[in-house]
Amino acid sequence: MKKLKIYPLVIETIENHALETYPEECCGFLYGTEGDVREISHAGKATNIKSENKRKRFEIDPLEYLQAEKYAMANNLELLGIYHSHPDHPAVPSEHDLKQAAGYFSYIIVSVRKNKINNIQSWQLNDQQEFEEEEILDLIHVKVNS
Amino acid sequence: MSKIIIPTPLRKFTNNQTTLETSADTVLEVIRELTIKYPDLKNQIIDKQGGIRKYIRIYLDDTDIKTLDQEKTEVSAGSVVSIIPAIAGGNIT
Repeated sequence: MKKLKIYPLVIETIENHALETYPEECCGFLYGTEGDVREISHAGKATNIKSENKRKRFEIDPLEYLQAEKYAMANNLELLGIYHSHPDHPAVPSEHDLKQAAGYFSYIIVSVRKNKINNIQSWQLNDQQEFEEEEILDLIHVKVNS
Repeated sequence: MSKIIIPTPLRKFTNNQTTLETSADTVLEVIRELTIKYPDLKNQIIDKQGGIRKYIRIYLDDTDIKTLDQEKTEVSAGSVVSIIPAIAGGNIT
């Protein structure tokens, strides 16, 4: 299982974004550095440009994606993945996620249930084009649910 | 010369090159040049019918070539051609 370290500020950004957009899906970019353990040190919010069914679908504007690549290059980081939320569903990739998934990327999914963070899991495509879970090291949920 | 931006997921097919330079005059020539230099990249960008894959977007500077002259879009010196994977998904139901 591949290992992933996610900085607490990144977790906070993802969880807050997921709660802000609930019951719709949120999405964003993950930046960091690659090594034996991939480190995600920055997250950037993206806009879900789906015109309908945002509770179940997300899509990122290609121009926003391009800006994310440029941001990574300008800041000596690597664009390492995408995060999105699954409102009232588990943090497990769906068929829709698989259909448009890109290799190499980490896909962090945050499950939100009834306006509360449920859990976070991360996934990456293997050589057989199937999602495999990544082990998140020292995961600390920053957002305290009330 | 113009510049090509390779997205992170495709860099393993370009020896980890982030950007490349090209003197090609059209998007089609840019892609041809790129896929000759990096043959493994071809299946990632081109579909079986020879067109751009469904989940790949090609931008000339900040404009999708679909709104220009598609693959025939001219590339002038100093412009930037970007290959962009379409990012989308959703939950189970």
